[in-house]
Amino acid sequence: MNVARLAFLTLVARPLARFFTGADVVGPGRLPEAGPAIVVANHTSHVDTLLLLTIFPARLMARVRPVAAADYFLRGPVIGWFARTLVGIVPVVRAGGLHEDVLAPAREALAAGDIVIVFPEGTRGPATDALGPLKSGVARLAAAFPEAPVTPVWIEGAGRVLPKGAVLPAPMNCTALVGEPIRWTGDKAAFMEALRASLEALRRSAPPQRWLSEPPDPPPTTGAAAPTAR
Amino acid sequence: MPTPLRLHLLGHSTPPIAWALVWGLAGVVALLTLGALAAALLPRLRPGRDYTELTQRVNSWWVMVALLAAALALGWQATLALFAVISFIALREFLSLAPARQEDRLIILGSYLVVPMSYAWIAIDEYGIYLVFIPVWVFLVTPFLMALIGQTRNYLQRAASFHWGEVACVYSIGFIVWLMRTPQGEPMPAGPAGLVFLLLVATEFNDVAQYAWGKLFGRHKILPTVSPNKTWEGFIGGWASTAALIWLIGPIFAPLAGLNLAIMAALLPVAGFAGDVTLSAVKRDIGVKDTSHLIPGHGGILDRIDSLTFTAPLYFHLMTFFVLHR
Repeated sequence: MNVARLAFLTLVARPLARFFTGADVVGPGRLPEAGPAIVVANHTSHVDTLLLLTIFPARLMARVRPVAAADYFLRGPVIGWFARTLVGIVPVVRAGGLHEDVLAPAREALAAGDIVIVFPEGTRGPATDALGPLKSGVARLAAAFPEAPVTPVWIEGAGRVLPKGAVLPAPMNCTALVGEPIRWTGDKAAFMEALRASLEALRRSAPPQRWLSEPPDPPPTTGAAAPTAR
Repeated sequence: MPTPLRLHLLGHSTPPIAWALVWGLAGVVALLTLGALAAALLPRLRPGRDYTELTQRVNSWWVMVALLAAALALGWQATLALFAVISFIALREFLSLAPARQEDRLIILGSYLVVPMSYAWIAIDEYGIYLVFIPVWVFLVTPFLMALIGQTRNYLQRAASFHWGEVACVYSIGFIVWLMRTPQGEPMPAGPAGLVFLLLVATEFNDVAQYAWGKLFGRHKILPTVSPNKTWEGFIGGWASTAALIWLIGPIFAPLAGLNLAIMAALLPVAGFAGDVTLSAVKRDIGVKDTSHLIPGHGGILDRIDSLTFTAPLYFHLMTFFVLHR
């Protein structure tokens, strides 16, 4: 077991997650209790990863490994060391060639009995509560490990703590809603549909820890006087 | 009169602790032990029902009582630190649910600075500035900063919500710490900590008593559109129980007697009910049952301190009024 990683997760990451997000979990009993297991979540912020790493009990923490983009997290030696050693990422090459097996590192992690976190949206979306299109790589992982439970988790509010591009994090409560695990049934389309339906259902049951959305502009009224300077 | 208790910790001695407080804490521990026994025995006596929440509630109470007792024993600095943390967590819960737009992110970040600033006035004993800091200055500056950012959609609703949060979570709760700053010359039968002890015990007893009377005898709904589980029986039974408690133990912990004691006993349980119902209305508007899941069995910090947001300022202002008009 990597001592540096466990120390980082319990002494730095967990207190940070508590301070900035409150780290509320609905249905913690549905989280996997052993690997190999796949956890699937929506992605709006690095805070998603922070939360998912720290909501597991300490005995499992060192087993939890987020799948992350190699081009982003391995772009320099310092961030690369941080991402690999402390965060424990499983690097995937986003722009992988057709014949390259981009998911091999994730399969290795599952074979080693790790709990792998996948963000199937592929990148951090805007801090709205919409779920982007899901990439089907997670289905291939599930097919390779049909015994591994696939647990959907909806994370509400993380995009407000640290949205893409922001430098200063703002403390705001987030909620991680854990759904019932889904099993690989042999049908990719049905599997992806079940995953999306579960995430959408969790989203609807989430507390409204989201920004007020923009109401549509009223349609321009015809025949009205043109706005005059005031 | 026996000499007050002094604890020695790491070479420092705590402020004197009145024996009344030690006995008061023993009473609270006895009540909690009864609760723990009930949570342990009920599943055997009346099986078939889920008592998880009762167990969680009692367990959480142990933690809360331990934290509060330690802070009160250590003195005003520790009490200030504890309630500043409570204010921060409550404000975080509130600002995360309040109507806000993306443009408000920096306003929200800045709003947290109000917590250390407001508590700093208590630390340096600037009561006059404290009184106007949030109700006047934060009230004026926050909407101005929002205007500078320039998003005017839902402007009034957002500005009003932010101010509601600052007053309820920070300003009101600060009065608990002001009690700890009562000058030594004032007559206090159990010291400044005794004043806080009576406020907290009466407020939380009122919450529990209203709940218990409602559960046992509740028939007639009191505010069905806001709090469907609250009944007239719960309100009146809780009010009478709490008023009796204050009448009996009030003089042990606070300089209360005669008419002053009767006024406090009559008004405090009403304020507790009002705080509870007001936060219920806010939660109903937002569409949540609890403000978070921080305290197992209770909900969020804001759910736990909802009554205190009303009882703390009422208790503090009644006390100062009684002192000024004696």
